[in-house]
Amino acid sequence: MTAVVTPPREVHKVTPPEEKPGLSGRRLFDGTLNVFSHAFLLLWGLLTAVPLLWVIVSSFKDDNEILNDPWGLPGALRFENFARAWTHAHIGQYFVNTTIVLLGSLTLTMLLGATAAYALARYRFVGSRLVYFVFVGGMMFPVVLAFVPLFKIVGGVGLRDSLPGLMLIYAAYSLPFTVFFLTAFFRTLPDAVAEAAYIDGCGPFRTFFRVMLPMAKPGLISVGIFNFLFHWNQYLLPVVLITSDEKQVLAQGLASLAISEGYRGDYSRLFAGLTLAMLPVLVVYTVFQRQVQAGLTAGQMK
Amino acid sequence: MRHGKYPLLAAFLLPPLALYGYFVLSPYAQSFLIATTNWQGLSSKYDFVGLDNFKRLFKDEYVWNALLNNLWLLVLLPLLTIVLGLFLATMLNVGGRGGRGAVTGVRGSSIYKIIYFAPQMLSVSIVGVLWMEVYNPRGGLLNGALRAVGLDGLAQVWLGDPKYAFWAVLAVMIWANVGFYVVLFGAAMQSVPRDIYEAAALDGASRTTTLVKITVPLLWDTIQVAWVYLAIIALDGFALIHVMTRGGPNFSTDVVGLRLYTEAFGDYKWGYASAIGVVMFFVTLSVTVLSLRLTRRERIEHS
Repeated sequence: MTAVVTPPREVHKVTPPEEKPGLSGRRLFDGTLNVFSHAFLLLWGLLTAVPLLWVIVSSFKDDNEILNDPWGLPGALRFENFARAWTHAHIGQYFVNTTIVLLGSLTLTMLLGATAAYALARYRFVGSRLVYFVFVGGMMFPVVLAFVPLFKIVGGVGLRDSLPGLMLIYAAYSLPFTVFFLTAFFRTLPDAVAEAAYIDGCGPFRTFFRVMLPMAKPGLISVGIFNFLFHWNQYLLPVVLITSDEKQVLAQGLASLAISEGYRGDYSRLFAGLTLAMLPVLVVYTVFQRQVQAGLTAGQMK
Repeated sequence: MRHGKYPLLAAFLLPPLALYGYFVLSPYAQSFLIATTNWQGLSSKYDFVGLDNFKRLFKDEYVWNALLNNLWLLVLLPLLTIVLGLFLATMLNVGGRGGRGAVTGVRGSSIYKIIYFAPQMLSVSIVGVLWMEVYNPRGGLLNGALRAVGLDGLAQVWLGDPKYAFWAVLAVMIWANVGFYVVLFGAAMQSVPRDIYEAAALDGASRTTTLVKITVPLLWDTIQVAWVYLAIIALDGFALIHVMTRGGPNFSTDVVGLRLYTEAFGDYKWGYASAIGVVMFFVTLSVTVLSLRLTRRERIEHS
């Protein structure tokens, strides 16, 4: 493993502590602790990375190798596993479904979330605090509580088992956090800019789209990354709302594939499917890891 | 000065409110109402039965069993994840001591951070399926490793044995969550002035002392947030368990959310399932409020 060594921070010049005779015992103890803790860091790194790498390596194996030699390397690079997973196991279809839903749901979430947050953050009107708390209060409820009525309501408007239905519902369930986060963000933007735009004859709508929205870009990116992952990885809502096989999204399709492949014994296809589902997110993550980590942790710090 | 703010307010607030009200607020509200009926999803007829569902629920041993599993998760998941997360974050951010009392991260800390955080990117279903295969009794990574080092006797049917399934699922939850808290705690540690750590190092404080006496008090706010989040995850757990075990074997990994799902979509007892949901809501709410109360401390200012 090649380690990226971060340059040591510039620290204040400190005079080295004088050697005290009584300290050698502790120093020795710190030395062993040092080795121990490095070993532990490495151990946890392996515990995290090895299962992921194992899935990728196993996706090139055939069923016999998978079942009888879990730690071995594949005898050949069987790319046909991926082709079978993509077509026969419908991973390709699930990919397309997930992408379609994501494009719609993310656009909708960002548009509705940003407009609502802007109205709540920049305008005083009767009941504005109430509306804010109604939105944010949605974060207190466990989503499973909504399962039964949601199933009924969505069926009532004919959106059960439909991808546009999923778009709307993902967006609806993303609004509490998005509004919460963006309201806080819009409040930090200086008033003077909006006033200046107004004096220059900019209408309220133009002010929002041309002036305020571009200024809110860092906040939009943070909450956008958060929602992207939330929608791409969504499992709960499709499990309740999507019933037919060809409408399933990736997370859901993969879970049902795991169950059916368990019976059929076609493990190579399952591992190939798992790799196909895993790799794009992991590749995007390694490229943008700084932004992703910052976005997600900032999102959680309320 | 803002003329015509009402067109904007209407255009900006009504569509999100309509969507949110229809698909989020109204289901939550209705579930409280449905909880007082004997509605059996498939028929359109139902009667109000008052609190009957709740009375039945208190005598339902399956619900108690599921709730107990949630409570175990509630104790173990935050505790283990936070301890592990704090330890790893300390090592990564202030673990290195380049002689001369300088306190830095260890070598390669950024690569560790990337790896630890990676599971956070994956959906519950990928994590669940991946670990189902790791635990697979025949071709699984875990039993394979045990057999490779000659510990054949320790190889188990991890997810198929009521003795181990719960612990196997708990391990996956920790695995999937730790990285997030390593990064979260790491970010908080970066905002602690270096001098404090350097002073501690110069005074000869060991790493353990530094962690317990300096890092934990200074990071208390962040730890509190972490605790609440992990508590909420522990009280839910539905998605991962739905993928991995469906509550089995013999209900050893059943959780309240899964109980609700099974009653609602397995047996179509919609009234009863909603009552379980209502109980779950109040349990989650009280645990959140309680843990915020119990962990409240004087905030330490360090800037």
